[in-house]
Amino acid sequence: MNVNKLQNLAMNDNGFIFDPNTGYSYTANETGILILRKLASGLDKDGVRTAVREIYEVSEDNFNSDFEHYMLMLESLDMIEF
Amino acid sequence: MAIDLSGLDITIAVSGLKTGDNPQPGVPVIRSIRNAGFKGKIVGLIYDSMESGIYLENFADEIYQMPYPSAGADAFLSRIDYILDRTKIDVIIPTLDAEVILYIRLQDQLKRRGINSFLPSEECFLLRDKTKLATFFPPKGISVPQTALLSDATQIRQLDDDIPFPLMVKGRYYEAFKAHTPEEGVKYFYDIAERWGLPIIFQKMVPGDEYNIVIVGDGKGGMLGMVPQKKLVITDKGKGFGGVVVQNAELDAFAAKIISILKWQGPCELEVMKGFDGVYYLIEINPRFPAWVRLAEGAGQNQPAAVVLKSLGMDVEALGPYKPGTMFIRHAEDIIADISVMGQVSAQSELIRRNEQ
Repeated sequence: MNVNKLQNLAMNDNGFIFDPNTGYSYTANETGILILRKLASGLDKDGVRTAVREIYEVSEDNFNSDFEHYMLMLESLDMIEF
Repeated sequence: MAIDLSGLDITIAVSGLKTGDNPQPGVPVIRSIRNAGFKGKIVGLIYDSMESGIYLENFADEIYQMPYPSAGADAFLSRIDYILDRTKIDVIIPTLDAEVILYIRLQDQLKRRGINSFLPSEECFLLRDKTKLATFFPPKGISVPQTALLSDATQIRQLDDDIPFPLMVKGRYYEAFKAHTPEEGVKYFYDIAERWGLPIIFQKMVPGDEYNIVIVGDGKGGMLGMVPQKKLVITDKGKGFGGVVVQNAELDAFAAKIISILKWQGPCELEVMKGFDGVYYLIEINPRFPAWVRLAEGAGQNQPAAVVLKSLGMDVEALGPYKPGTMFIRHAEDIIADISVMGQVSAQSELIRRNEQ
């Protein structure tokens, strides 16, 4: 997975995300921002899952389902490449 | 380092003071110059007594109405000489597409009158004409959407599959409309031809993201400054009333290549589409500052101030990096004035504010 574009995003704790490369802006909730930051730091799916489960009570199945959905959305926004 | 004009005791003339639904760049150019600390005299050059910048207090010190560019060089120079009898002008910054060619052609005469400018050569100016882009740039590696120049509406039905509907219909100088059908194409053909003459430009639509870049070329193929933005708010006339500065190495390189090919000198605005095919397309080159030029100042590059210094023949280092994420949003506000101000401009074709201060 190529997450180079995530590393250029400007994100704040309120959930606002600005892509200086394209000029597009987005919003994400607290969990979404956490996952983006973990992905941008180079963590793979297992690493992100561990990081998220350290903070939030979530089953592995629920995490996997939501994570895959989130990844597909990021891919459709051209922010990550598989 | 920011440009400081506080020690400059000169007179600067700027045209294009209308700020409405189709704003001209003169007011933001003057604001950027003032924000560089300039305390000298500003002369506003207008064509119409309803240009809103006339009515701003503490803005332009003197206002003079100019003959329209179509009146020709003699009328223009005659008016300039009249103005010079009343005030000197050291630097002039034209900001309207239709007048720039006149200022380019009369550069020497203006220079002899002590008026300096920082403009491209006539050859360079003509190469960026909308009717030339599609033939001049593609052989040099700059993509331009497929374009047809039509001088007869019957040619619209003969457009081939390279330019399918919907497409863009554009005037040579101003206006662009999206035509979904040949019938709409015919309507826009006549609408635009009546206002701006022939030929009419029929251009393939490029689906993608539009970017606008304000640039000051150094005339040697390089740039003194460059700030790209993506429009965030677009009016029904297609005007950007909000935008954000982006930072994209591919876009920067595309713009730099265009300027190096043209060896453009002075201010300009590039309109670029990044197609969903990943290709950057040059849509237009406007030969003057855009109305959103204050975004460049806000992002760290006071380009109008740099043009003032370059007009005077001074060395100017390349402006510093711009700050991505800087945004602008246009704010319309009513100006309250006495009707006598309009009467003065309408009757006398000039307004001297400095004496009132």
